[in-house]
Amino acid sequence: MNFTEHAGKAVLRAAGIPTPEGIVARTPEEAAEAARRIGKCVIKAQVPTGKRGKAGGIKLATTPDEAAGHARAILGMTIGEHQVDHLLVDRQVNIAREMYAAVLNDPETEGPLLLFSPEGGMDIEDIAAEHPDALLQIAVDITKGLDEEALAAAVRRYDPPAASAITDILVKLYEAYRASDAELIEINPLVQMRDGHFVALDCKLTIDDSALPRQEMLASTGTPDKTTDLEARAKALHLKYIELDGGVGVLANGAGLTMTTMDAIRHFGGRPANFMEIGGDSYTKAVPALEIVLANPNVKALLVNFCGAFARTDVMAEGVINAWLHLKPKIPIVFTIHGTGEDEAIAMVRDRLGIEPYDLMDDAVKVAVAAAKGASA
Amino acid sequence: MIIGGNETVLVQGITGKQGTFWSERMRDYGTKVIGGVNPRRAGERHLHLPVWASAQDAAKDQKIDAAVMFVPPFGVKEAALDIIAAGVRKIVCLTEHVPVQDTMYFLAAARERGAQVIGPNTAGLVTTGVNFVGFMPAFNARVFQKGDIGVISRSGSLGTLLCLNLVQAGLGISSFIGIGGDPIIGTTTRDALVALDKDPATKAVALVGEIGGAMEEAAADYAATMRKPVAAFIAGAASPPGKKMGHAGAIVMGNRGSYAGKKAALEEAGVTVCATPNEVPGVLKARLKR
Repeated sequence: MNFTEHAGKAVLRAAGIPTPEGIVARTPEEAAEAARRIGKCVIKAQVPTGKRGKAGGIKLATTPDEAAGHARAILGMTIGEHQVDHLLVDRQVNIAREMYAAVLNDPETEGPLLLFSPEGGMDIEDIAAEHPDALLQIAVDITKGLDEEALAAAVRRYDPPAASAITDILVKLYEAYRASDAELIEINPLVQMRDGHFVALDCKLTIDDSALPRQEMLASTGTPDKTTDLEARAKALHLKYIELDGGVGVLANGAGLTMTTMDAIRHFGGRPANFMEIGGDSYTKAVPALEIVLANPNVKALLVNFCGAFARTDVMAEGVINAWLHLKPKIPIVFTIHGTGEDEAIAMVRDRLGIEPYDLMDDAVKVAVAAAKGASA
Repeated sequence: MIIGGNETVLVQGITGKQGTFWSERMRDYGTKVIGGVNPRRAGERHLHLPVWASAQDAAKDQKIDAAVMFVPPFGVKEAALDIIAAGVRKIVCLTEHVPVQDTMYFLAAARERGAQVIGPNTAGLVTTGVNFVGFMPAFNARVFQKGDIGVISRSGSLGTLLCLNLVQAGLGISSFIGIGGDPIIGTTTRDALVALDKDPATKAVALVGEIGGAMEEAAADYAATMRKPVAAFIAGAASPPGKKMGHAGAIVMGNRGSYAGKKAALEEAGVTVCATPNEVPGVLKARLKR
């Protein structure tokens, strides 16, 4: 789950990392009022995506009128796939230096990776490319935690006078990362002000979706993924469904098999209408899954691909058949079924729907693609 | 493979519905299941096998070579640390949705004790005709026949389809290694490839990858050094970028994890990348004849 800047900054402040005084505004009037209280300010679009500045979503203002004007321009703007519906009005700070700090889950070392650079304000990829010597990377042993002395010694090589202040922030950042089950927590830029103090001018935070059930408080401040109505319906039922723009409806079990079914549809000249996976613990949810897939009016043919290991194909097939007979859709349906429970599943499809499942997935896909094309021709 | 035919297996969560179902099937197939763990039912017998309060208790009574976890996501870290503390050297973690920081924690603990972790979010391991650990349909003769193809898969369902396609084409499977669909896992594609390369029962490898991460790219470096032929299928060519496709690890971010990048890396290493899983058996047959 992604977080907007102001939601991320709340996590930083809870960990003891200072941020500029800021107020959330949802209208130009609120932005003007915030500017009256704060003084010289920055109006920042609150959407969980990068490149806000380039998109025109971050503007400086010195007066309340100016703040209101910028707010009017930024509210309603679309940045990435997000529409801006609120702003952060932050006090302007006197920037002496811009640095970079982050902690993330690193697949290479299979542990947390702490990153620090005295060169901040640009993308980490650019820092790594342009200032490779100025990027400190520390792979942390998560069972032992951060070695503060080693960290302080490493930071001293980059900035001796400010080393202890920077180390203190990095230690707090690591604590925030651990406490929030973050995948990534990033301060860019981490600013040293002219008075020598540090402040986090921005924050990027992504929380591990698997940890959300134990991060309920925090999750309530995050930005839910943008979903279509059907995707929202599926999500409420804990079904993994992604709506796409093709005509071949897909119902399969397991993430790998579902992706593969989509790939094969494209390979044989068709376009998938969706990703819908009912494997794992969801294998008994074939009925609501099918209802959602068929509720997409673009679906011109349905391809059911089951390959049961953990998931029992007989249970899934029974659900599909029941739903099919109940909904009576006027589109063709094609089956290919293998693995746990296949004999019972194939017999059920044959007896109750009068349809013969295909033995090879490729054959089933070709028929479904042709059926969808025939229907829309 | 990885877990030998004579090695003993402890089941964490043996008394649960899935633990019971799959423990029976593992034992019937030939896996040396010695019992299980459930703190609330210690001292009882389940499936005529002993139930201990912890893996550490079990280790006092029995030699344990491997453990498999049928444990809910938030219980996995504690269960894994118990297994590691008991001195078990091989751990199969089937659970999906384990918080990644928990995974990193017990992977670090396992590394320190020299234990190998398979998973999380794996369907398990099969050595055809010998044993299986996890929830693969090893006992289904249409999916698993003994042969000389080693299979690696991040996905259980897709791995099952690939094994089935091999059997449909008259080939057989030496070993199946399910590595798991999470972004951070204990045994990587490369680790599994190395294991199958060293396995005398394996003459060729079918590698089933997925978009997301960089594990296929890392495996390609090793594949370039292999004499055994490798054919691959990478799932996710038709998946839109920036979306998690069911598996937590299956997401393309920018250029990282893309289908095109994985295909190019594998092809450069001499691996044949197939357009659908159904094409894999034909490619392996042809390459084995050469």
